[in-house]
Amino acid sequence: MSGDPKLERIAKGNALALCATGTWTARFAPVLERMVADAEKLAGSPQSIFIDVSDVAKLDTFGAWLIERLRRSLTQGAVEAQIAGLSTNYSSLVDEVRRVRATPVVETSAVTITGMLEQIGRAVSGVAGTVAGLVDMLGAVLAASGRVLIHPRSLRLTSTVHHLEQVCWRAVPIIVLITFLIGCIIAQQGIFHFRRFGADIFVVDMLGVLVLREIGVLLVAIMVAGRSGSAYTAELGSMKMREEIDALRTMGFDPIEVLVLPRMLALVLALPILAFLGAMAALYGGGLVAWLYGGVDPEAFLLRLRDAISIDHFIVGIVKAPVMAAVIGIVACVEGLAVQGSAESLGQHTTSSVVKGIFFVIVMDGVFAIFFASIGM
Amino acid sequence: MMAGDIQNPIIRVRDITVQFGATRVLDGLNLDVKRGEILGFVGPSGAGKSVLTRTIIGLVPKVAGSIEVFGVDLDASGGAQRRGVERRWGVLFQQGALFSSLTVRQNIQFPMREYLRVSQRLMDEITMAKLTMVGLKPEVAERFPSELSGGMIKRVALARALSLDPDLVFLDEPTSGLDPIGAGDFDELVRTLQRTLGLTVFMVTHDLDSLYTACDRIAVLGNGKIIAAGSMADMQASQHPWLRQYFHGKRARAVMG
Repeated sequence: MSGDPKLERIAKGNALALCATGTWTARFAPVLERMVADAEKLAGSPQSIFIDVSDVAKLDTFGAWLIERLRRSLTQGAVEAQIAGLSTNYSSLVDEVRRVRATPVVETSAVTITGMLEQIGRAVSGVAGTVAGLVDMLGAVLAASGRVLIHPRSLRLTSTVHHLEQVCWRAVPIIVLITFLIGCIIAQQGIFHFRRFGADIFVVDMLGVLVLREIGVLLVAIMVAGRSGSAYTAELGSMKMREEIDALRTMGFDPIEVLVLPRMLALVLALPILAFLGAMAALYGGGLVAWLYGGVDPEAFLLRLRDAISIDHFIVGIVKAPVMAAVIGIVACVEGLAVQGSAESLGQHTTSSVVKGIFFVIVMDGVFAIFFASIGM
Repeated sequence: MMAGDIQNPIIRVRDITVQFGATRVLDGLNLDVKRGEILGFVGPSGAGKSVLTRTIIGLVPKVAGSIEVFGVDLDASGGAQRRGVERRWGVLFQQGALFSSLTVRQNIQFPMREYLRVSQRLMDEITMAKLTMVGLKPEVAERFPSELSGGMIKRVALARALSLDPDLVFLDEPTSGLDPIGAGDFDELVRTLQRTLGLTVFMVTHDLDSLYTACDRIAVLGNGKIIAAGSMADMQASQHPWLRQYFHGKRARAVMG
């Protein structure tokens, strides 16, 4: 008797009898649901109600539940609906679904104005929490570095070198390539616009000052925040998810000392090196374009460069690098350790690690600009 | 169900060979799983029990051999036919493998949403039915996997594996990490579900209690082959050294009382 399921009404005097046939399984669930909904609307106040299931060919949880749902909705007042003709194969399944309490699912409330205001309020008060978290981490990292200075052997040298390879050595090709291209573009744009005033040669001044003071370190810091900050957050976050950080703590290790400090140290060492390489690549790219596109030959370029820039420009740029590295590292580690149990949370914290990292790098750059202007460098 | 189905095994594995690099994990393995039985699958750690499970469900590529599930050759089938087979089995992974960004309710409804066109109301009700069946309270439905205990994760994972009312379920070490009472409950649960839903269960396990209480038949993996298959009595009568150690060791005697 397999085939499409049916639910037919059989007239039986004062009694309401429904006869279910066919396959009552998940595959036919939409049809079944409609049939059951129609049958639920059957009017009248019969003296007895029967649901005959003796001809049901196949029954699964979906079918059994829909029969149970029908039985419950037909049961009104004193008249209880009965299920008749149940084969022994399926009786335990029907008994099982009979135990189910139909608790309506509470839907989460829709977006309301108060809800939105609440979210804004929470976000604003969250800013203070973010800053406190960063300061907290800074303190913890400084305390851990203090301990390492007293006991230099507690420094995780292998781990530091490993991270140095990851964030510095492996980053060199992409950083050099991108800064080289940026140098080319700055020089090309400079020459293109300065040529109208016959001031081609000043492109060298612009390139030198811009690259050494600002672009070199800022661009590299932003790239490192995207490349290594996100990696730190993801690493620490997945360790947090799998309770590896708790395991370290219970063994008496300080996660800051074992996980955060080597990463921070690697980043603080790596960023000045990368910023230097980036600045050189940008100058080289700029020089190449000045020669090929602007007709400034290399000797003239170098001569002009020597006049245009002083060691101060270089110092101003490179001094910022370790500070920016520390900011990126702290943001990344705070976010990594804040990851909760879900994959979604890992994604959110990795995103906010990069966004906050880049934001703070630019804020720091602004602070440095004010500082250097006021000391006249 | 057609009469022929009862004769034919639900899973028929023939001459399966699986290799990782130079290591041959499974070497010409043959195995039949009969319809409606609970097959306990044992073997030493690292023998390849999970590898066989993952090979059958298609997560590990094999070098040679054929696998038929529900009479369908999985290599020869593609697209819709293959999905039809996958829709009829459920898998309980060792760690549960619940989707961590979805609630318990969404986890259980995920396969339904993909494969069935049913109303949200019916899905919610079926979810509650499944939770009741695996012995969880309805309140659990809105929790996230990270807020569940180890035993609850296994139960929710089982509820998700059962969400489409499959004919066949693969359980990979379902009782590992559970306390003995929880493990006993779980065995009982598998038994009950097998009876009520007419399931066929393929269970990889290390738990002697599960083998005694839940399984109809036991298959033993060793050296990349099935070294023995049969009832508990057959296993205890076997003269194979590993089997003797396994079924007559200190722990086995404790279980048998």
